[in-house]
Amino acid sequence: MTWLAIAALAGGAYLLKVLGLVSLGPRSLMGRPLVVVALLPAALLPALIVVQTFTVERSLRLDARAVGLAVACVAAWRKAPFALVVIAAAASTAATRALAA
Amino acid sequence: MTYRRDSLVLGAAVGVLGVSFGVLAEGAGLGVLKTCVLSLTVFTGASQFAAVGVADAGGSIGATLGPALLLAARNVAYGVAMAPIVGRSPLARRLVAAQLVVDETTAMATAQRDPGARAGAFWFTGAAIYGFWNAGTLIGALAGTSLGDPEALGIDAAFPAGFVALVAPHLRSAPGRVAGAVGAVTALGLVPFVAPGLPVVVAAAAVVPARLFSESPRSGEAHEGDPVTPP
Repeated sequence: MTWLAIAALAGGAYLLKVLGLVSLGPRSLMGRPLVVVALLPAALLPALIVVQTFTVERSLRLDARAVGLAVACVAAWRKAPFALVVIAAAASTAATRALAA
Repeated sequence: MTYRRDSLVLGAAVGVLGVSFGVLAEGAGLGVLKTCVLSLTVFTGASQFAAVGVADAGGSIGATLGPALLLAARNVAYGVAMAPIVGRSPLARRLVAAQLVVDETTAMATAQRDPGARAGAFWFTGAAIYGFWNAGTLIGALAGTSLGDPEALGIDAAFPAGFVALVAPHLRSAPGRVAGAVGAVTALGLVPFVAPGLPVVVAAAAVVPARLFSESPRSGEAHEGDPVTPP
């Protein structure tokens, strides 16, 4: 990677991040638009979770990550501490891989 | 302030991933300096992995930037989601905040039930993962060889697990559940048909049916401005 490519990637990534943060003025942060904005994480995070768990590039894949997700869902549902949810998911995925290997 | 401890847990996972990025980038011939500058300035994990992968395969700048930036496109939506939380800060502070607008910070900040804790959660998580990501990158680039396979440690399952815990508060309301279900199905359905990165971006459109749902007579007013109204 050239320095030019690194600068372009850094600039592009920063532009994307700053765009949403500065494009909404204080006026648009009140009332009804705010309700839609507040729903964004509810839409994006489950999408991110399933893409990170069930896909490789452009194909769907069911593998050891699904075990971790199932464990995480049960742990979160039982209101386990955050660290336990994360560690139990990683450990169960790692164990599944070790057993399958 | 459980977000402090939780941020460090996320940070540790980010750090392990950072080590593997450092190893990969150094191995792709970037050298320690370029590898570390990438993590310091780009600070978007998926984009960095994609860019180094394409560049290592001999891709041009255009071929490198396209896929990498597509994977970062969801940060636009995160920026919008973070605007009510850090968008009222002075411009200089917002420009710094922008660099930290990623999956982990948005998830941790918006998961806080107390609106007054959201900005703090954003900044603390941002500082933690920025520190861990860059420290991990440096360690990986210097060590050159992997200290352990992140997949063998299940690190790739740690992130969705963390997001499961952090999305839970969003799913307590009916509109939140509609947004989550529609978003997840939309993204998964699109994966085979569009470039990586786009499915999660398009999933943002799930707020539209969710919003319609929240206007239904029975659930409408209860969700209006609650629990999202800033103090």
